Amino acid sequence: MACIEARGLRKAFDKTIALDGVNLRIKEGRIVGLIGPNGAGKTTALNAILGLTSFQGELRVLGRDPWSERDRLMRDVCFIADVAVLPRWIKVSQALDYVAGVHPRFDRAKAEGFLAKTDIGSASKVRELSKGMVTQLHLALVMAIDAKLLVLDEPTLGLDILYRKQFYDSLLNDYFDRSRTIVVTTHQVEDVQHVLTDLMFINRGRIVLDCSMEEFESRYLEVTVHPERVAAARALKPIYERQVFGRSILLFDLKLERVDRQQLAALGDLRTPSITDLFVALLGDKPGNKAGEAQGVVK
Amino acid sequence: MNTQSNAVPESPLDPQAIAPAAMSATRPMYWSLRREFWENRSIYIAPLAAAAVYLFGFLISLFWVPRSMRGMAAHGPMPPVIVLAMPYSHAAMLLTLTAFLVGIFYSLDALHGERRDRSILFWKSLPVSDLTTVLSKASIPLVVLPLLAFAITVTLQLIMLLLNTAVLLMSHASTATLWAPPLFEMELVLLYALIVLALWHAPIYCWFLLVSGWARRATFLWAVLPPLAIAVFEKIAFRTSYLESMLHDRLFGFTAAAFDLKDKNGVPIDAHFIPLTQLAARRFLSSPGLWLGLIVAAACLVAAVRLRRYQRPI
Repeated sequence: MACIEARGLRKAFDKTIALDGVNLRIKEGRIVGLIGPNGAGKTTALNAILGLTSFQGELRVLGRDPWSERDRLMRDVCFIADVAVLPRWIKVSQALDYVAGVHPRFDRAKAEGFLAKTDIGSASKVRELSKGMVTQLHLALVMAIDAKLLVLDEPTLGLDILYRKQFYDSLLNDYFDRSRTIVVTTHQVEDVQHVLTDLMFINRGRIVLDCSMEEFESRYLEVTVHPERVAAARALKPIYERQVFGRSILLFDLKLERVDRQQLAALGDLRTPSITDLFVALLGDKPGNKAGEAQGVVK
Repeated sequence: MNTQSNAVPESPLDPQAIAPAAMSATRPMYWSLRREFWENRSIYIAPLAAAAVYLFGFLISLFWVPRSMRGMAAHGPMPPVIVLAMPYSHAAMLLTLTAFLVGIFYSLDALHGERRDRSILFWKSLPVSDLTTVLSKASIPLVVLPLLAFAITVTLQLIMLLLNTAVLLMSHASTATLWAPPLFEMELVLLYALIVLALWHAPIYCWFLLVSGWARRATFLWAVLPPLAIAVFEKIAFRTSYLESMLHDRLFGFTAAAFDLKDKNGVPIDAHFIPLTQLAARRFLSSPGLWLGLIVAAACLVAAVRLRRYQRPI
């Protein structure tokens, strides 16, 4: 059974269409990054998955309809929606008491173990903690819940690089166990590149890229082209070109252009592009680049 | 035998197996109420503070007690039982009023605060239904505050009685014949009055709760001004005052509905001491005003539950 399955998911606010027929299928045991520009529909999609917003179309999360069964679903799903949503008046000990009280799958000892590694005292109130500590606390609460699906919406926004690194490290080392599924949205794409197993780009309410990271690595290739071979390289129809220190860097979609590695290796130095580079290539602001349709990357 | 000895040590060690079953429906309710106490400490601090202030005033007033007892012996204008009951009933009235005010302001903030500080996203990430959340919030003014007011009043009155007795004994007053008000009867009447008040005012609390879940800001104005505006409009446009009298009745009508305000000789009773014989429970329970109010209250709660599903941080 797929963990999340959506078909023709639509959501319109007054005048804007936030989700325009999203189809996706997220299997169990994956770490999926949902990446997109501001206003692309990321948060709306997550809210629909979490039962926080109504929607049209078909959506099953762990076999349930999230909108009508939110409280039941929340026994198996955890989320950190946005930073700093822990109530400011709550004490750390109260937060532990409360979650232990209402959540059947919460392991209090585990949460206390996570907190013991931080500087957070159990008597402090959330309002007294720094932003990074609040995130640590929230993560400790969430990781101590034996959930099947964890949804993170910009979990590290506004945190410094040390906290961000620590956040994803503990997620991978202490939480993820291949039977759980994690969906994360973030603008700090470079943080998650080596964390994800799957990558999705969303733009203007549509999924414009949906591939595993293995596929990503074998499919996209960036070539730093020798100056004298630029014309030859351009003839192979790269999907994007940029200039760095006077050198042309061309991004190729091997699946699309039917070029192969050896051909490209002759043109210059090869490397796997960063997610950021691909993001700019597919969704960047250039004429004719409409939601990746020109590249035909939609599955 | 073998299966038994296996089963006993295993089950407590396996929280995964028993936890979902043990997580009864009342646990989220219980913890939601705990949450309200953590978040809104005024629920118990305000009545306690009112009681403390009253007790302090009463302590000072005790210096006058021996004198007033003598005055009473010399046949004051009021029946002695009223004079005796007065400080005790004033204490009860003060705490009832405090509970009412706390309930009003609590209800106005209950579903607004969690949206204002964005914590609604945290609460909704846990397996607690909107129904449980709204019911837990509604039960604060409808159940918790009346019970709290009752418990604090009874405690306060007992302390007052002890102090009063001590002062009388020390002053060697010879009025030992009649020094205590009929406190037990007063407590029963107080409990009745608090239940009556909670039921009668339920639509007010629930309406305020609904507004707090709906309005983006200025919950007090949204809760109070529209009914007032309609009443004024009615008065100007039709020169009638149905709504005005309805609102007035909703605030104060419980006295006429739930108590016999005149004794069997037609003499008006004194509000400082209402004997048990003057309670009109049957009439109260059969008054349309009560049931209409409860229907409105239930409708507001249903709307508040529906609304919370859609609500996002503001």
